[in-house]
Amino acid sequence: MSDTPRNPVPDPAVVREEMLKAYPAKTRKKREKQIVLNDPDAPPQIGANTRTIPGIITQRGCTYAGCRGVVIGPIYDIVHITHGPVGCGYYSWLTRRNLARPEEGQTNFMQYCMNTDMQEDEIIFGGEKKLAAAIREAYALFKPKAISIYATCPIGLIGDDIHTVARQAKEELGINVFAFSCEGYKGVSQSAGHHIANNGVFKNIVGLDDTPDSGEYRINILGEYNIGGDAFEIEELLRKCGITCTATLSGNVSYDQIARCHTADLNCVMCHRSINYMAEMMETKYGIPWIKVNFIGAESTAKSLRKIAAYFGDKALIDRVERVIAQEMLALKATVEEVRPRCEGKLAALFVGGSRAHHYQDLFKELGMQIVSAGYEFAHRDDYEGRDVLPTIKVDADSRNIEELDVEADPQRFKARRSPEQLEALQAGGFTFSDYEGMMREMDRRALVIDDISHHEMDQLIALYRPSIVCCGIKEKYIVEKMGVPCKQLHSYDYGGPYAVFTGAANFYREIDRMVNTRVWSMIMPPWQKQPELGARPVFTPKPRRSREEASPATRGRAVRPVPTETATTN
Amino acid sequence: MRKVAIYGKGGIGKSTTTQNTVAGLVEMGKRVMVVGCDPKADSTRLLLGGLAQRSVLDTLREEGEDVDLEDICSDGFGSCRCVESGGPEPGVGCAGRGIITSINMLEQLGAYDAEHELDYVFYDVLGDVVCGGFAMPIREGKAEEIYIVVSGEMMAMYAANNISKGILKFAQTGVVRLGGLICNSRKVDNEREMIQEFAKRLGTQMIHFVPRDNDVQRAEINRKTVIDWNPQSTQAAEYRALAKAIDGNDMKVVPTPLKIEELEGLLMEYGLFN
Repeated sequence: MSDTPRNPVPDPAVVREEMLKAYPAKTRKKREKQIVLNDPDAPPQIGANTRTIPGIITQRGCTYAGCRGVVIGPIYDIVHITHGPVGCGYYSWLTRRNLARPEEGQTNFMQYCMNTDMQEDEIIFGGEKKLAAAIREAYALFKPKAISIYATCPIGLIGDDIHTVARQAKEELGINVFAFSCEGYKGVSQSAGHHIANNGVFKNIVGLDDTPDSGEYRINILGEYNIGGDAFEIEELLRKCGITCTATLSGNVSYDQIARCHTADLNCVMCHRSINYMAEMMETKYGIPWIKVNFIGAESTAKSLRKIAAYFGDKALIDRVERVIAQEMLALKATVEEVRPRCEGKLAALFVGGSRAHHYQDLFKELGMQIVSAGYEFAHRDDYEGRDVLPTIKVDADSRNIEELDVEADPQRFKARRSPEQLEALQAGGFTFSDYEGMMREMDRRALVIDDISHHEMDQLIALYRPSIVCCGIKEKYIVEKMGVPCKQLHSYDYGGPYAVFTGAANFYREIDRMVNTRVWSMIMPPWQKQPELGARPVFTPKPRRSREEASPATRGRAVRPVPTETATTN
Repeated sequence: MRKVAIYGKGGIGKSTTTQNTVAGLVEMGKRVMVVGCDPKADSTRLLLGGLAQRSVLDTLREEGEDVDLEDICSDGFGSCRCVESGGPEPGVGCAGRGIITSINMLEQLGAYDAEHELDYVFYDVLGDVVCGGFAMPIREGKAEEIYIVVSGEMMAMYAANNISKGILKFAQTGVVRLGGLICNSRKVDNEREMIQEFAKRLGTQMIHFVPRDNDVQRAEINRKTVIDWNPQSTQAAEYRALAKAIDGNDMKVVPTPLKIEELEGLLMEYGLFN
């Protein structure tokens, strides 16, 4: 592909119309709102977090996946029990490649898949007894600090009272046991599951241990799930800068770390969509301010580090951070210089998650590549247009279905981390708290922004843009590749990673270089599709066979002998 | 074999009416099987002389896959065959799914096979058609003939109308038909006339008017049907008449459920203006 001259990039308005014109009127009306041409200065309103149209073949997952799979699953030293039929348990087992490196003397239960294996009998008679037995069994085997229970769809339908079972088990076993009503059918996407998970972690774990870490600059990283080891890289970078990471929610994190994460002085939010609820609730209850950071891309990493240093405002820290940035940038320079000329000008499209489609644009930009289109699977309008649209977002019935916790300042433990004067000074210097500007402000003018992209739209996008790479998830991967375009999964990173911070950026540059410059995709069409006529000739034409009834007694039972119509040539 | 299901508002007397009618049919020499589709498993109490039947679902749970028809089917009054679907205790699990499982189990065990030479199977179904499970007997052609037990009380008629909507839905895609309304009298004013008119509007008939009689209660205390307990009583004759009417019934219709205003109008007309 790399050696074929590329046609000029098509007009996004034309591409949009090509995508929409196949739809029936009602579908078109809905999708029109979810496919917009970007304006970075004044992001247009986009339709997001609404119900998927049945049949469009969505990328989205379910609420159970968002809760158990994304947010809580990566906590490595608690036992996760899926209450439901075995498939829900099995297919949510380590599929996100969350890695963990337990500290000395700690356990890692992530390799285990625990499930109550609900059978028809339990559906009819209720599964509470089986769940209670499963909790006891898991406790007897593993003696964990905590056990977490997740409801699947049938549990919600038959109404098993999992919260009471959890409370009784907590009393009986003397460990923390809590449950999540995260039935798959709730909400419009996995986003509902994130919210339910945030609520549960906040209610049941955060604040159980008031012992602060020893470091001077203590932060939490929220919304980083350690796919392919990203959190390892972030933690190492922070360590070099002298910043203590009390907890990462929830990649490479232990139960104890989350129990004391309210003792940190700053929350740094990576994936805004999946964890902004937690950041907000911790600020209200404990007085910890939060800022948006992004450790994907060298420039963004540098910017995020500087922001953290500026927050603490300590000259020694600011200088140390600058030294680390300079050092890391220098180490990265050779890779960028080598790779960039081979990638420059190529086109990419990203459809993934609730933050990754935004964050990864930075890495592509560092390689000089153009993002022709991007969109989220399950994000809300604020993730596209920025948090300033929050007051204008219509809260529909699907969102009301998810509990909003009433959080108040903790009378003993609330502590404003910065004085009003300090905050004012910071904000005067251009510092913003509790803010996310969204994806659109950082994308090109007229780039195509597509929410909850459908299979048909993806087909059109690839056919019309012929991008050099598409980033999405496993459900789309092989469709994209069948169309002759390489696909990088940004949920699981395929088999790769880490891609976070400077060290990860180097990995990503090399990976993208490898993927967009391989010639293998030009060989994807088999020879018979390129050139259907192979010039074969029939060797003989058998005479039409007569049916048994018609066959005369003279010919019956005799083998039909081929009569050559012409001499066959062999070559 | 005629496949009959009895529906009606909770507490209207479905189980009592079904069992007394079955007693009448058995007396006529018919071979009948009763399938109780109620988690309380009390649909065959009067025929068996007590709550003696192990339910299909309990048996399935305790015996695993190794279940024989004899384990779940007992002979009651006049050799009628009695089955209880059973189900979870109140407030847990899914009773609807239980009905589906147990009816499937009965089919697999050959409860309806020709060797039993059944003339009738009666499904006695809990209350209203609240979910897919309780519609099981009227879909997939399991029951072909529905009788709704009703009285002149508003909520009973409202439930009957709702059940007719369910029958209409399944009649359009299957073989199920409404056989008639059985009026189990609550001594409401103009009850007979009102239910007759209601039946007419639904496109069906009031197949029998069962008067209120304390003999029913007396027989129930003795764990017997009226025909069994006091064959000479007038109430026994009423149930015989109902059994005969069902046996001779050839009016099976797709019902035309009433709009709520029409139903309320009917109550005004018969209940107030006399």
